Amino acid sequence: MFKKNSLVLSGLETLEISANSTFVNIGERTNVTGSKKFLKLIEKEDYSAALEIARDQVEGGAQIIDVNMDEGLIDGVKAMTKFLNLIAAEPDISRVPVMIDSSKWEIIEEGLKVVQGKCVVNSISLKEGENEFIRQAKLIKRYGAAVIIMAFDENGQADNYEKRVEICERSYRILVDKVHFKPQDIIFDPNIFPVATGMDEHKKNALDFFNATKWIRTNLPLASVSGGVSNVSFSFRGNNVVREAMHSAFLFHAINNGMNMGIVNPNLLEIYDEIPKDLLDHVEDVLLDRRDDATERLLEFAQSVAGDKKQKKSVTKEWRKLNLQERISHSLINGIDEFIDFDVEEARLTVNKPIMVIEGHLMNGMNIVGDLFGDGKMFLPQVVKSARVMKKAVAYLLPFIEEEKSDDKSNSAGKILMATVKGDVHDIGKNIVGVVLACNNFEIIDLGVMVPPEKIIKTAVDENVDIIGLSGLITPSLDEMVFLAKELDRQNINIPLLIGGATTSKAHTAVKIHPETKFPVVHVNDASRAVGVASNLINKDSKEDYWREIDLDYKNFREKFLNKKTHKKYIDYKDSVKNKFKIDFNKHKPLKPNIVGVEVIDKISLEKLVPFIDWSPFFSSWGLHGKYPDIFDYEKTGSQAKELFNDAQSMLKNILIEKSLTAKAIFGLFPANSNGDDIEVYQDESRKKILAKFVTLRQQLQKREDEPNYSISDFIAPKESKIKDYIGCFCVTTGFGVDELSKKFEDKIDDYGSIMVKALADRLAEAFAEYLHREIRLTKWGYSPNENLDNSELISESYQGIRPAPGYPACPDHLEKDTIWSLLNVEKSIGVRLTESRAMWPASSVSGYYFSNEKSKYFGLGNINEDQLKDYSRRRGITFEKAKKWLSPNLN
Amino acid sequence: MNNSIFEILKKRILVLDGAMGTMIQKYKFSESDYRGSRFINHSCNVQGNNDLLSLTQPEAIYKIHEEYLDSGADIIETNTFSSTSIGMADYKMESLVKEINYESARLAKKATNKFNEKQLNKPRFVAGSIGPTNKTASMSPDVNDPGFRAITFDNLVESYSEQINALIDGGVDILLVETIFDTLNAKAALFACDVIKETRKSDIPVMVSGTITDASGRTLSGQTVEAFVTSLSHIPLLSIGLNCALGADLLLPYMKRLSKITENYTSAFPNAGLPNAFGEYDQTPNEMKSLIKEYFEANCVNIIGGCCGTTPEFIKLISEEAAKHEPRKIIQNV
Repeated sequence: MFKKNSLVLSGLETLEISANSTFVNIGERTNVTGSKKFLKLIEKEDYSAALEIARDQVEGGAQIIDVNMDEGLIDGVKAMTKFLNLIAAEPDISRVPVMIDSSKWEIIEEGLKVVQGKCVVNSISLKEGENEFIRQAKLIKRYGAAVIIMAFDENGQADNYEKRVEICERSYRILVDKVHFKPQDIIFDPNIFPVATGMDEHKKNALDFFNATKWIRTNLPLASVSGGVSNVSFSFRGNNVVREAMHSAFLFHAINNGMNMGIVNPNLLEIYDEIPKDLLDHVEDVLLDRRDDATERLLEFAQSVAGDKKQKKSVTKEWRKLNLQERISHSLINGIDEFIDFDVEEARLTVNKPIMVIEGHLMNGMNIVGDLFGDGKMFLPQVVKSARVMKKAVAYLLPFIEEEKSDDKSNSAGKILMATVKGDVHDIGKNIVGVVLACNNFEIIDLGVMVPPEKIIKTAVDENVDIIGLSGLITPSLDEMVFLAKELDRQNINIPLLIGGATTSKAHTAVKIHPETKFPVVHVNDASRAVGVASNLINKDSKEDYWREIDLDYKNFREKFLNKKTHKKYIDYKDSVKNKFKIDFNKHKPLKPNIVGVEVIDKISLEKLVPFIDWSPFFSSWGLHGKYPDIFDYEKTGSQAKELFNDAQSMLKNILIEKSLTAKAIFGLFPANSNGDDIEVYQDESRKKILAKFVTLRQQLQKREDEPNYSISDFIAPKESKIKDYIGCFCVTTGFGVDELSKKFEDKIDDYGSIMVKALADRLAEAFAEYLHREIRLTKWGYSPNENLDNSELISESYQGIRPAPGYPACPDHLEKDTIWSLLNVEKSIGVRLTESRAMWPASSVSGYYFSNEKSKYFGLGNINEDQLKDYSRRRGITFEKAKKWLSPNLN
Repeated sequence: MNNSIFEILKKRILVLDGAMGTMIQKYKFSESDYRGSRFINHSCNVQGNNDLLSLTQPEAIYKIHEEYLDSGADIIETNTFSSTSIGMADYKMESLVKEINYESARLAKKATNKFNEKQLNKPRFVAGSIGPTNKTASMSPDVNDPGFRAITFDNLVESYSEQINALIDGGVDILLVETIFDTLNAKAALFACDVIKETRKSDIPVMVSGTITDASGRTLSGQTVEAFVTSLSHIPLLSIGLNCALGADLLLPYMKRLSKITENYTSAFPNAGLPNAFGEYDQTPNEMKSLIKEYFEANCVNIIGGCCGTTPEFIKLISEEAAKHEPRKIIQNV
């Protein structure tokens, strides 16, 4: 018989945790984040050996087994369900209850679906807000599990006593009062954090945990308290004597204060009474914050007890025994900046002039980096890290060089001006290329973003640069590049151009830019090629041959391209209109949005967006191509991708904690009907007053029979049908704060960090667009209220409706952004503005339309003819010339 | 009326009906009887699809319901034990799931309505029978691949939801998730019940009943009685209990254990003993009645009924015996 109000769990048998129960020991070895051995087995898919670990734990006395598969390389859902299914077939393991441990809700939920007993979820929290918390708690209740609640809320993890109490109480009240969760099924994890870290704010970490535990057990009836104990001794990794003493002393006090279950590694647990008195004193001084110098004293004392057990420290730093050049090369190749100042100083003392360290030691190292990169043995993110170390070393040497008043100019390989052209704000790719070139001893003058052509030309002339590198992401930037090439040619300035950026192409460069100038133009979209091209362009002996070679190559390419192009057939615009995509709007009836009008979202935590991130483009922005998470398995780039991902995760974590970026969004849903190829947006349901008009473009390529010529206006019911249709548009940004944060990294000479911030901000903006679109479908518009898609399904756009963005293939006209901006009053409401080329600032922003019809789909406009352009300029109310300028990339 | 069943249970022991299958067997229906006129051209054999008879032989099913009500049953079960898309797949009749459940519920309801009209002091209830399906979510059918599953939780929830919605549409008073040999299947059924109750804003009571498969005292999926109860107590229940597989004598010790640890009402529907070599049940109504008497004396049951091998004669005697005893009181554990 169970005692009243016990927490009762079950596997094949039951586990009762009552008020009088002794401490419940949760097995922690089937956890990939805690056990390297288990991780390896899961990675190798050696499940039978993994099961043995579980069996050993249960035989060894674990009363619950914690299962965690949170590792980037592992498909967490698959590993979790597979392992739990296998456990179910082993009665001597599955007799105990399972703890499904993950920070990812989808893993938790799939785990819950394969366990017959009453298990424990570890964990959920208020991190993503009350609604998500309630949703998850309700589901956990429905699946029949108990739950661990982390002391974490919208503002972050509770790191002091007051916050722990506040968050736990709030969580408890929501669970008990709103979700009607049984209070005995609630377990709190009030955050065990490391102590003795040397940081003052960590001094009370253990004490706050004890006090919070006591408060919870006194004030939140029937709730339990649990935690992962090994965290507390984090700063003593490598010194097991101290760690074991810390764990048992911590447990001793935690249990006295009411902690009744926990994740403890029995191998790392000294028996409290057997801890030597002096060690125990030092440890408890730290845990209980009994003296100001407790940490220093324990650290010192720890030295004396270290060495009893195996020490790894000396092994990891084996490379420090190498000779000076080898050490410097090692630091550069591995991107380690810890010792670089020290080694550079040593090098400086061995040479006559400090500059010789750069030309000698450092360049020797960087040459190896360059070779490895060239051979594909190093990858972009690593090279950027190497560059960071290089820059630090140079920064260290600079004062000495200045002091010598050396007029030696560093013998750079050449001077390159880099700029993102006027009207464009995107610079991740440009910065990467800049860093790679700098690594190869080129001197880089980076003019930043939105640089007017006059400034580029003036700087190029004044600085006497060898190459101008131009970058741009949006289509109008292509024209800017053409213009700049024309200007250089007109002023007879003999400087080769490097062209790069997402919308640029060899075709565009060959067809549009190359004919405008007699000097070389080379398209380089791959940072690894930039060095070779730049060297060849500059090389005194061979550059003229190379220039001729390029000239010929681009001429041939252009001719071939133009010949190929003429094969495509285009039809008259009026015929393309006749062949429009016809939706039966009576059958696919538009649904009126729940919200009609404009709404601003300016209080959303970035945490909410993280699950919506599509990581694949993140890797490709770093030159690693492949689909996430498969990319981790790639033989060549897998480990690099993993490392990059880990760096991204920790940067992301900091961004979340420090809230250094701000997310804002605005959207509007309006009555609308199509009128020809225009979409009219109305003020209200009377549909009399037109608020705005979207001017769309239609495919003109001759299609196969029964294939329509699409325009996005086809997805909105025509005016004459009298069917009430609707359209939405939006702008989201996560870009506020990016400049400040990346500047901080640049100031620390950390390009890697700076680029990482921008790459992450871009991903967050896309994630925000994905998140908001989901909100639109589920509630705001509400046309798919029951949709239930996971992130990969979101990425593959398996939902109903589309959100095309002006400037992208379905609607390449950037001027449409003006309409969105005025319709939503974007700039005033959330501060995102448009440049003269209609790029959005801050750069990490996304805007677009919402179409809800189930027949709507993405397509590419392709090229159009002048007849449509004429009609377009009339409809748009601009001159033919202006229309031609804006749509030139799509003109035949 | 739904709420009133909780009130009635405070006052007396309620009687659930006996076996449906045993009664159907007596009719010795042929393949063409099963098909009726409507399914003459169905692509596979349907003999043995007892639930189909609600559509093709409704008079027979109605008559069985009436016989049980006549013999004193307070609750009769719909003829829907296998009426999920998973169960009906064996007969390629997945598309009939809604109709079979709906019509079966209406048939049973028609019978109880008739009795409720003439006998106001003994309200009769219809329990929608929700069987375990023929697939298990926590066990592999393939001994060489223990991690394999022939069915997922999501499949089960979807399939059960279809059945449950149709049963409620047809008017059942109670949902009865029964003959549970894999607790995970039952969790999926309860998940579906909970979602449906929320979306339909319904407070229809739910009964669950597990099956101890053999003398090991465990469910087929390996749980003890206590673990079974613990795993299924997360949503509000009218009752929890055991049925099938064992006769009243062998089931009693487990009912005693179960009744000690649950704060819900309890139920027991044992078989008429164990089947003989020919698959027939030899126990007589009188024998079973005297075994059931021990349940009442042990004070471990609130709802009593019969499973395989039991007939209206059994229910008549059990019902007469039940009337002589006090119901089990729900004791709050201390």
